Amino acid sequence: MQKKDIGLLVLILVVGAVVAFINPRFLSPINLANTANLIGLFGLFAIGQGFVIITGGIELSVGSVIALLGVLFVDLIATYGVPWPAALALMLVIGALIGLAHGLLITRLDMQPFIVTLCGLLIYRGIARWYTADGTVGFAFGQSFPTLDWLTIGRTGGVPHSLIAMLVIAAIMWVVLHRSVFGRYLFAVGKNEEAARYAGVPTGKVIVAAYVICAVLTAIAAIFFAMYTKSISPSSHGNFYELYAIAAAVLGGFSLRGGEGSIIGVVLGAVLLQMLQNLVNLLGIPSSLNFAVMGSVILIGVLADQQFDAYRRRRAAAQIPDHGETTRTGPAEAH
Amino acid sequence: MTAPFLELLGVSKSYPGVVALDDVSLAVHPGEVIGLVGENGAGKSTLMKILGGVTGPSLGRIRVDGAERAAMTVADAIGAGIAFVHQELNLFDNLDAASNVFIGREPLKGGPLKLVDRARLRAAVRPLFARLGVDFSPDTPVAGLSLAQRQLVEIAKALSLDSRLVIMDEPTSSLTLTETERLLKVIADLKASGVSVIFISHRLDEVRACADRVVGLRDGRVAGHLAKAEITPPAMIRLMIGRDLKAIYRPPATEPGSAVLEARGVTTATYPTQTVDLAVHRGEILGLAGLIGAGRTELARALFGIDAMKAGEVRLDGHPVAISSPRDAIAAGLFLVPEDRKGAGVVLDLPIKDNVTLPQVGALARFGIIRRPAERAMADTERKRLGIRAPSIFTNVGTLSGGNQQKVVLAKWLAMKPRAIVFDEPTRGIDVGAKREIYDMMRGLADAGVAVLMISSDMEEVIGVSDRIAVMHEGAIAGVLERRDFSERKVLELAVGEE
Repeated sequence: MQKKDIGLLVLILVVGAVVAFINPRFLSPINLANTANLIGLFGLFAIGQGFVIITGGIELSVGSVIALLGVLFVDLIATYGVPWPAALALMLVIGALIGLAHGLLITRLDMQPFIVTLCGLLIYRGIARWYTADGTVGFAFGQSFPTLDWLTIGRTGGVPHSLIAMLVIAAIMWVVLHRSVFGRYLFAVGKNEEAARYAGVPTGKVIVAAYVICAVLTAIAAIFFAMYTKSISPSSHGNFYELYAIAAAVLGGFSLRGGEGSIIGVVLGAVLLQMLQNLVNLLGIPSSLNFAVMGSVILIGVLADQQFDAYRRRRAAAQIPDHGETTRTGPAEAH
Repeated sequence: MTAPFLELLGVSKSYPGVVALDDVSLAVHPGEVIGLVGENGAGKSTLMKILGGVTGPSLGRIRVDGAERAAMTVADAIGAGIAFVHQELNLFDNLDAASNVFIGREPLKGGPLKLVDRARLRAAVRPLFARLGVDFSPDTPVAGLSLAQRQLVEIAKALSLDSRLVIMDEPTSSLTLTETERLLKVIADLKASGVSVIFISHRLDEVRACADRVVGLRDGRVAGHLAKAEITPPAMIRLMIGRDLKAIYRPPATEPGSAVLEARGVTTATYPTQTVDLAVHRGEILGLAGLIGAGRTELARALFGIDAMKAGEVRLDGHPVAISSPRDAIAAGLFLVPEDRKGAGVVLDLPIKDNVTLPQVGALARFGIIRRPAERAMADTERKRLGIRAPSIFTNVGTLSGGNQQKVVLAKWLAMKPRAIVFDEPTRGIDVGAKREIYDMMRGLADAGVAVLMISSDMEEVIGVSDRIAVMHEGAIAGVLERRDFSERKVLELAVGEE
């Protein structure tokens, strides 16, 4: 665990303790289970966003993809009677194709990630609304998919399966990001794409893969959300979710310049965000202030983190003056 | 002759461990064109920095219009009428020519609104452009101008500041023949209107064409002066050479063998009409000399697969290898130590370990998961082998000195099986001790049968390290010198196209 992650964990515990002290309902099983479910749902696609942010990119179409795949999935299994495993597999494939398209537009055609995914945000939302004629998609009365329901909204020992799914995926993605060759390439590309290319890293493929991972995790989240809400109105379903994902990553220590971040960080970021939402409810803060609270906490958090970083660097610089060579260094040398 | 308006009196500049300028005196009279010649590292750029007020001399005085002072600030230099036209032009691509001329000094209207007064701006630019014989409109965006036209914009900017001295640093290095002729005419016009020019160039014919006198710099000292009648390319070369070259040569362990790395008929996008043929033999270090812009880095980039070759092929041990990306080159055992160390050689924000293993981290993995003990062991072995001075392999490369950063670049390649390594300016900005170590490593590689191609603009290095020297001039190999024929003069003559 990095120092940043520990700091975030401490913050979460402190906030949790304060909220629990003011309103003990925070620790009630029902409230914990609800919050855990939301952490699972939002954590899933926040992890995906993290991969894209490490490359120095951004994925803005997350919310729209959740809406589009949500209506498609529910419509396929509820209206057309497609077996749900087949529908689920199809959603993952569509997700992968969306990520592939974004990645190729960015690497091959040299478009800016912000623009590509902003257009994605508009396009997928538009298609979702057109597909349903702006209506709500849902299940017929009495229609149920016991296995799917158990998998997505069920609980084991009181723990929501969405949280378990998120933790399992987080564990896999932790290995991918922090232990695999691909993860090493991701960090190198995010830090210095040019130097990575000079070292033989297939930079284009690495970036495309990051967008595919993001879109597939978003597709998984879309299924969970669809089963959680049961009825989807495509004009509002998933609105602003990309911003939650970006906020979680930033809180978790990711740099939007790329090359920095950790899976534990983004998961803790998602935890903190959901706790803040919960806190607004429990402390009787007007729910209209929800976003304002989130924004303020992120702003203060990132500011404190930067100040702390600068302080640490100053201290480190004071402790280690040089590595024994600087005294003989010529004028052209820049440190 | 009238009195000089600007004088340097016994100016010296030393940096820790290096004396960049040593007792240099120079007088600039109104309306004269001074040619300044010298090799890379002779002290030209330090002299320019002192004239521009960017840095102050360690010793000596500067006299402007009779007023003596110890140093100038940038504002003093501008106030004295000193303007620069740099080799890399400092223009804003996204603005038009007129806006660039008056950038930061735009005529305003609208009172507190501070709107740009386009009409007055154009009116102010027009006479300047007329004086320079500019044939494009002041409204042309700079992005649409040729290099020569951009240079005219820079000169117009210098004139708009009522400059009395325009310092041109390699102004013709990227100009075509007609563009160069026009620039020389502009210089003559400047001179006629009483503006002085310091013309720094390696293109000796152009110096001869425009200079009233020539000052030669060598090892930070004034090596000599040439009066108008004495200015010939051979005389200028005599001023430039004769440096104190340290004897750093180490002969190869064995006689050079067959060709390991060959470039056959290679054409790069920069010089589409030229082809390059080169062969580096087993056991030798081939130096590649030439002026900046001669196409050496472009050749290296093409060999390594960064830029696509327009024509030609690369052979390793006689067999052609298809290289369309650095990945292909690395797989074939052809490596590059790039010129831009911080931008392309290392990832500054990653630890030594990650940098060293980056090209072959795939080989250290099982099922895509990096075997960390193996990775650490490799990084540690290479750190020790190359003597990288750092607390551990987890130290960020960005905190290391230039020499140690370069060793990290080398460690990256030496951990693999190199067949040929291209070094592009391997010791630029590196201290003397680390230089020595890098030369020893290159020799060690050559002795081990690796083809070593060393691009260098440092004469001491080219002559002191190479077994043979190929000299490039404007995209082509101007000649290849054997060790027994090495001399500064020969290299320089080939590099400036005097042979």
